[in-house]
Amino acid sequence: MSLETLAAARQLADAMGTEASAAVIGDGAEALAGELKGISRVWAVNHELLAPYTPDGFTAAAEQLIRKTAPDVILFPHTYRIRDFAPKLATRFDRVLISDCTGFRVDAAGPVFVRQLFQGKLNSDVRPAGPAPRFASIQAGAFRTDDAAAGQPAIESFMPDLDAAAIRTKPGEPFRGAERAVDLTAAGIIVSVGRGIREKENIAIVEELARALGAELAASRPICDNGWLPMERQVGSSGQTVSPKVYIAVGISGAIQHLVGMKGSRTIVAINKDPDAPIFEVADYGIAGDLFEVVPALTEAVKKAKG
Amino acid sequence: MKIIVCIKQVPVRDAQLRIDAGGRWIDGNDLGFEINEPDAYALEEALQLREKHGGEVVVVCAGPPRAAQTIREALAKGADRAIHIELESARSDTLALARMLAEAIGPEKADLIVTGLQSDDLGYGQTGVVLAEVLGLPHATIVMQVEKTEGGVRVRRELEDGFFQNVEMPLPALITIQSGINKLRYATLMGIKKAKAKEIRVAKPAASETAPRVVIERIYAPPRTKHTEMLEGTAREAAAKLVEKLRFEARVL
Repeated sequence: MSLETLAAARQLADAMGTEASAAVIGDGAEALAGELKGISRVWAVNHELLAPYTPDGFTAAAEQLIRKTAPDVILFPHTYRIRDFAPKLATRFDRVLISDCTGFRVDAAGPVFVRQLFQGKLNSDVRPAGPAPRFASIQAGAFRTDDAAAGQPAIESFMPDLDAAAIRTKPGEPFRGAERAVDLTAAGIIVSVGRGIREKENIAIVEELARALGAELAASRPICDNGWLPMERQVGSSGQTVSPKVYIAVGISGAIQHLVGMKGSRTIVAINKDPDAPIFEVADYGIAGDLFEVVPALTEAVKKAKG
Repeated sequence: MKIIVCIKQVPVRDAQLRIDAGGRWIDGNDLGFEINEPDAYALEEALQLREKHGGEVVVVCAGPPRAAQTIREALAKGADRAIHIELESARSDTLALARMLAEAIGPEKADLIVTGLQSDDLGYGQTGVVLAEVLGLPHATIVMQVEKTEGGVRVRRELEDGFFQNVEMPLPALITIQSGINKLRYATLMGIKKAKAKEIRVAKPAASETAPRVVIERIYAPPRTKHTEMLEGTAREAAAKLVEKLRFEARVL
């Protein structure tokens, strides 16, 4: 996601007639900085208090770098970590982070960012009012990594002035929630179920389809939140990111958090009673109909085709 | 434990949305409203913490007069009292909103403030974090578990890809809550009755001195960049067409 954001930054800089540079904060900054291309400079921001990540530490470090370098725009990848501290950082500058953007354009008055509303049902053009700096985060998959980027940047080290007493949270080591018995990333075909299934008992209809297709069963977050399927079957920003040959979304509206986990699938099929559901924006094939009729019919047709 | 829950009233999940005449927001007429789902999980978490540790749960909601309905529902679920920051229809930005919330919440001297991780309408996912910064409190986001400890709280943050992380911090603190952290309760008839007598203090925020820091210039239906082939007909017919596609185009059958 960072490389995608870097590509976005280079595009934005071109459009604004300025330069893009990058900053890497924390452990391993120098090493990571060496992998970035197509920009003139990378700031490697390091300090012993930046390991492990804390919002207090990273906000203070980023704030100092920004005050030192005075950029027009600061772009972030819209990761969980960024969601944890970037809004705090923007507040220090009396600004608001324009988050989870899917695009931008630049006019005489400056950049305008595109972001989704209502879980992907509508788009909005959002302009940061007022002077620099402006803060925005970029949605996963909204920009493509620019492999053509050439040129090794100069790496500059920056050590912020940090106070241990100002770091108030104590994080532990990350750990896996559950033994992942199911590796959805290895599945060739995935049949995924969402809120449209209405009740736990109805999932059996979709399980039958999955069996007929030789597919793995997956789900959107609300299904797992309800405990109807285990969390390890979740596809989305907090679950697994998959890109199978075929992804069949049953009764899934296509909220952003789900789409980022599957929009890379080779062929996407959507079955949903609402033809305006955002899922149809990424689907190759769509059936706007009642899943309680369509899914059993599909299961039967698949069984017949397989002989 | 004194817990403050920030909630937001949003259009109901399956609402048919229409863009209003100005093109900068949706038409609010004929629209149903409900509590923002992540905030419902935050409220439930607060109620469960009060059940374990005693104290008070205060609901705070910034919104137009119609938000009172959602506030009553929160009281019916068991919150003790509420503060309704009455907003006019004009949109403000996250920081202006957080300052209004801070003004109402500050004097309460809460031990813990909980919010949903993001709203289902705007989806900025920031109000909690910004509010923590304005109040000078430590915070943690996207939390799936909350435990009171000797020194404060231990929370389980959700990370990407199925990972989690426990974080400890002192109180007072602010936490943004991820959906699925608990099971939502329904308001009982008794709860609905009791809610009628519970206090909702209406606060009118001071007019903002600054212009909005972000401006929505327009909202619009997302352009269809992908050509979706819709398979028409009865369920049977559409299914047959799909099998053809799976066989000859996707080549998985």
